[in-house]
Amino acid sequence: MKKTGSQILCESLIKEGGEVFFGILGGALLPLYDTLPQYPQLRHILVRHEQGAAHAADGYARVTHKAGVCIATSGPGATNLVTGIANAYMDSSPIIAITGQVARPFIGKDAFQETDITGITLPITKHNYLVTDAAELARTVKEAFYIAQTGRPGPVLIDLPKDVQQEEVEFAELGEVDLPGYRFVSRGHSVQIKKAVGRINKAERPVIIAGRGIVISQAYNELKELAEKAQIPVVSTLLGISSFPGDHILNFGMIGMHGLAYANMAVQNADLIIATGMRFDDRATANTKQFAPQALIIHVDIDPAEIGKNIPVDIPIVGDAKNVLKAMNKQIERGEHLDWLTQLDQWRREHPLVESGQGDELLPGYVIHQIHEITQGDSIIVTGVGQHQMWAAQHFLYTRPNSLISSGGLGTMGFELPAAMGAKVGQPEETVWCIAGDGGFQMTVQELGTIAQEHLAVKIAIINNGYLGMVRQWQEFFYERRYVDTKLWNPDFVKIAEAYDIPGIKVKSREEVTPAIQKAMDYPGPFLIDFVVEPEENVYPMVQPGESLSRILERPKPEMASSR
Amino acid sequence: MKHTLVALVENKPGVLNRVASLFRRRAFNIESIAVGHSEQPGLSRMTVVVNGDSARIEQVRKQLDKLINVVRVSDITAEDIVTRELALIKVKTTTATRSEVIQIVDIFRANIVDVAPDSLTVEVTGDENKLESLLELLRGFGVTEINRTGRIALTRGGTAQANRL
Repeated sequence: MKKTGSQILCESLIKEGGEVFFGILGGALLPLYDTLPQYPQLRHILVRHEQGAAHAADGYARVTHKAGVCIATSGPGATNLVTGIANAYMDSSPIIAITGQVARPFIGKDAFQETDITGITLPITKHNYLVTDAAELARTVKEAFYIAQTGRPGPVLIDLPKDVQQEEVEFAELGEVDLPGYRFVSRGHSVQIKKAVGRINKAERPVIIAGRGIVISQAYNELKELAEKAQIPVVSTLLGISSFPGDHILNFGMIGMHGLAYANMAVQNADLIIATGMRFDDRATANTKQFAPQALIIHVDIDPAEIGKNIPVDIPIVGDAKNVLKAMNKQIERGEHLDWLTQLDQWRREHPLVESGQGDELLPGYVIHQIHEITQGDSIIVTGVGQHQMWAAQHFLYTRPNSLISSGGLGTMGFELPAAMGAKVGQPEETVWCIAGDGGFQMTVQELGTIAQEHLAVKIAIINNGYLGMVRQWQEFFYERRYVDTKLWNPDFVKIAEAYDIPGIKVKSREEVTPAIQKAMDYPGPFLIDFVVEPEENVYPMVQPGESLSRILERPKPEMASSR
Repeated sequence: MKHTLVALVENKPGVLNRVASLFRRRAFNIESIAVGHSEQPGLSRMTVVVNGDSARIEQVRKQLDKLINVVRVSDITAEDIVTRELALIKVKTTTATRSEVIQIVDIFRANIVDVAPDSLTVEVTGDENKLESLLELLRGFGVTEINRTGRIALTRGGTAQANRL
């Protein structure tokens, strides 16, 4: 039976589970959009800017564990996706980006709204395609979903010329995906696993570093079993937060530049590290040469290229975290590590996370803490990048698996609102809180329009300190408080929300926090709270750039703080 | 140290660009790159010479292997291999020097592929040492143009790369 390229794309999306997609149409996509009414199963969510489409697909993918789809027209539509694609690439998020392209005869002629999007996205996609024949389209879509969702997930882009969308071809059933150059190892090598287990059984001060790989492979139970059986403390990277229950006695929190002091101390004093599903990002390791100096390092990752890339590894295990941990658990001996855990507990007591101030100021950590109290942790938290992100990582107790969605690798301000939108579409029954900074919020604020149009009950908390806060903190610490262009004149965020028919409250004092959050929770739709917090509150602890993870700068005691 | 990587790649548009882009993106330096059809339809074989320490080259190899269009890639530097390169060299000649140039070309078992009143074009095949030695000798006469293919390589013995894991 003959079908058009557009029909083939729609049917392929349905077949691959990509029924929901975020996008904006344009000239080069008109044939496709004209076909959409034929497929009521498809749900297109019209965003306000293509970057929002890519972040929404990313957020959707992260909460559903399947590929999220975004779509944009040729030229500027396609280039607007780039930040979102790069973000998904850095955080191994499976998204399918579909871009319209000028008709085949115009390619290479610098036609109106033509851009070489496959060339542009070469280094930020797991793979990409320019489809030059409608007969290839079904296979391309199938391959794209397969590549995006398997192995180490990542974005795949399909560039689709306008005339290919209109081309009529015979639509045949497809066989299995045949990609001779695409392989991934999901089961770890048994010899390596045995070797690792032998060393773990003998270790005196072992630490597990859990990364986003645990979340991606949904290895929560396997991680918990390993930690409990062998009594190994667990720390995590930023994106590894919520891979292990936050209230678990063995959880010692996030490591890294703004990691908890005792988490970093655990790593620096360990004699063995089981790094699982993480890639030794510089924000997590600090100075790599001085990272975990006493430890034998076991590195479990599905991507062989991550092994030895940033840190020399003693026992590499290439494989899917779930499979590898499962195999380890079968062989691991029950352990105690009483002295080690006692030591860590002592550090935990001696180096608690503290906020500054005398108690009456409105501090960001308190806001995050109260969101946790009122939701009882039963919420998906979506953040952007900067101080608010670190406070959200530090002050919310993540007891639910996969409950923190954040831009880790690329560090994309403006990720939060569209990603929260995508998360809400992916998990409509769940509470989704978007924790935004006042700077980043204004980078994708237009998605309030999408939220309103689609009635997405996203709860928005702006941690408004009137600065590009993290940059200001660096200016304070490293540039002698020369605040060059970090001060923001901000609009009235509540009025902006109201303009989009979204109710909101401005909160300026501590006592208003709880009622406001409660009001947001009680309201059936989207709700915005503008928390006007202490402008110059800093994120502590901090490991300064270039320093070892052992050199932890903790919050100065109040008398010191006031003398600055 | 120079490493020789041999990759079997799908013969699709943009594959060379993907490989080259990866080298640029990860800041690896390509010494030479040569591509042509392989024994298998639809697949090309690419020989890339890269300079770097073993850890870095291993990173290059793994990153190349991640490209979907790269079917197989191996670092064959330490293996028993045959390597060849072809060069075309245009040398200035006069009636006085022509026969001397021809003698040198003969010693290197190279060929003269074009003769003009004031120049000879020499075709030489061999490993880099041989090419460099010949070039060194010819430079004395005045070399006006060189075009080299870059290294290509195969392992010795019966097993084809596609069949090895």
